[in-house]
Amino acid sequence: MNRTNQSRYEQRVMQAYQAHKQSGGPTYILGIETSCDETSASVVRDGREVLSNVIASQADIHKRFGGVVPEVASRRHVENITLTIEEALREADKTLDEIHAIAVTYGPGLVGALLVGVAAAKAISLARGIPLIGVHHIAGHIYANRLVEEMDFPLISLVVSGGHTELVWMKGHGQFEILGETRDDAAGEAYDKVARALNMPYPGGPHIDRLAHEGEANVPLPRSWLEPDSYDFSFSGLKSAVLNTLHNAAQRGETIQPANLAASFQDSVTEVLVEKTLRAVRQFGAKQVLLAGGVAANRGLRERLQSRCQQEGIPLVIPPLSLCTDNAAMIAAAGYIRYEKGEFAGLDLNGVPGLSLAEH
Amino acid sequence: MRVLAIDTSNLVLSVAVVEDERVLAETTTNQQKNHSVRMMDAISELLDATNTSPEELSGIGVAIGPGSYTGVRIGVASAKSIAWSLNLPVVGVSSLQAVAMNALGFADLIVPLFDARRGQVYTGSYTSRGLDSLDVLEKERIILLQEWLPLMRDRAGGRSILFLGEDVRMHRQTIEQVLGEQALFASPAFNHPRAAHIGYLAMQRLQESGDAHALVPEYLQLAEAEAKWLAQKQEGSVKE
Ligand SMILES: [Zn+2]
Repeated sequence: MNRTNQSRYEQRVMQAYQAHKQSGGPTYILGIETSCDETSASVVRDGREVLSNVIASQADIHKRFGGVVPEVASRRHVENITLTIEEALREADKTLDEIHAIAVTYGPGLVGALLVGVAAAKAISLARGIPLIGVHHIAGHIYANRLVEEMDFPLISLVVSGGHTELVWMKGHGQFEILGETRDDAAGEAYDKVARALNMPYPGGPHIDRLAHEGEANVPLPRSWLEPDSYDFSFSGLKSAVLNTLHNAAQRGETIQPANLAASFQDSVTEVLVEKTLRAVRQFGAKQVLLAGGVAANRGLRERLQSRCQQEGIPLVIPPLSLCTDNAAMIAAAGYIRYEKGEFAGLDLNGVPGLSLAEH
Repeated sequence: MRVLAIDTSNLVLSVAVVEDERVLAETTTNQQKNHSVRMMDAISELLDATNTSPEELSGIGVAIGPGSYTGVRIGVASAKSIAWSLNLPVVGVSSLQAVAMNALGFADLIVPLFDARRGQVYTGSYTSRGLDSLDVLEKERIILLQEWLPLMRDRAGGRSILFLGEDVRMHRQTIEQVLGEQALFASPAFNHPRAAHIGYLAMQRLQESGDAHALVPEYLQLAEAEAKWLAQKQEGSVKE
């Protein structure tokens, strides 16, 4: 950058960064996350320690619509955004003067929702001369693990959420390589669709998980392994198989125990997720497995992954529930890596709904 | 007193720094709808050009709609965040009134409008009090243009009606069909909002401004899903 063309804002940000680096003191990052239906803000110390993690959830509002309505979510974010940030600072007992950077999710997600968080982050950054960091939402989910345990590279992270199913290979901090991803539905979406077929309310994941523990996995359902060397996933065939099973049974006048169907569905999903993860561990010599994303709350998945990782003798990290679902602490944690490298965003940072992890 | 003013409620991006009785700087574009990318840099440049550090501001003025939902949100989310982080008052100004202010001094009826799809417009009516303020006659609303025009004819009596706004062009024929020569149209520079007007209005209202947290857009409409849900609820076909 041409020094003479530097804006005052850019000068302030670089001065603040250099002064803090020289001081050698701890780093406090304010995280902001608005990619879907949670307005969240958090203060994290040195990328590891959560001082606050405030989440204004809209789940009750969207439940009535049977899914997240983007326009409704965006409206709520505008109402909540500064209140949520203020609350996060208060709980952390910090003021903006003590914040070294603002890390914000800029994709992927609902564009209208992302824009609210990005606008707020940029506004505060400009007003107070605080460095700005753009964070990929999935990078955030993965870094939620670092709030629990230090990362040990190389590692494999299995990311499963309402919108994502990905196997990510990491050689070092901030280096993400996607080994495989879903070719159709995300695992969480498949859960929601099957839950709807079983007349369970949105979001369906927790209901299926609970029901599955009451049933027996005795309904034959396919496993979608795809090509032998592929790390990709596919859940739409499984979802159709579940619907067909229900339909055929109804036509024959038989009843299928919903608990058994839920257990069988969950068995198929988790077997594929877990076995592909472990194959990646063996092939790439990973030292650690990280589970990330909202579906990490799923008991069936946690249990299977735990027991298989134990069998294979590979350390597994699963964040607590509050850090698995969307939250800003994970964004601050991921932002810390970029802070250390001085990778700051400009005031032209935009919300990017289809942001890719590899290129961000 | 220095006020930063912002309008991103439609295609126009306008930002200004106003000091007491003077407009120190204003940037207005009417071409690209990437406000999220351009607005904050535009503000940064304007602050530098007027030698203003953010801490020297006395308040923020922002157009709060109606307009494009996303556009309005970018302006409002940014304005309330700047205001909150600097502990400044923030004043929300009607996006329609901001356009109407272009016609300060016009003797008859001033009617700004934005297209709101399906034959509807966001609109209101104003008269000029002297050369520096407006009185609101009809509060801003969303209404079918075909219903609005006769209403305006009645309201105007024999006076003329000046239609303002970038979207007037697309409705000009309809307006002329109903109102004939009673309808007036302005030269292009009158049709887009200027943040300088918003800054001036905001400056007068800084004392009465509320908490930055409470600032929200004025959409004039429920989100479609909410409207549907409410209608179904009234029919009794859904439970809470
Ligand atoms: Zn997520």
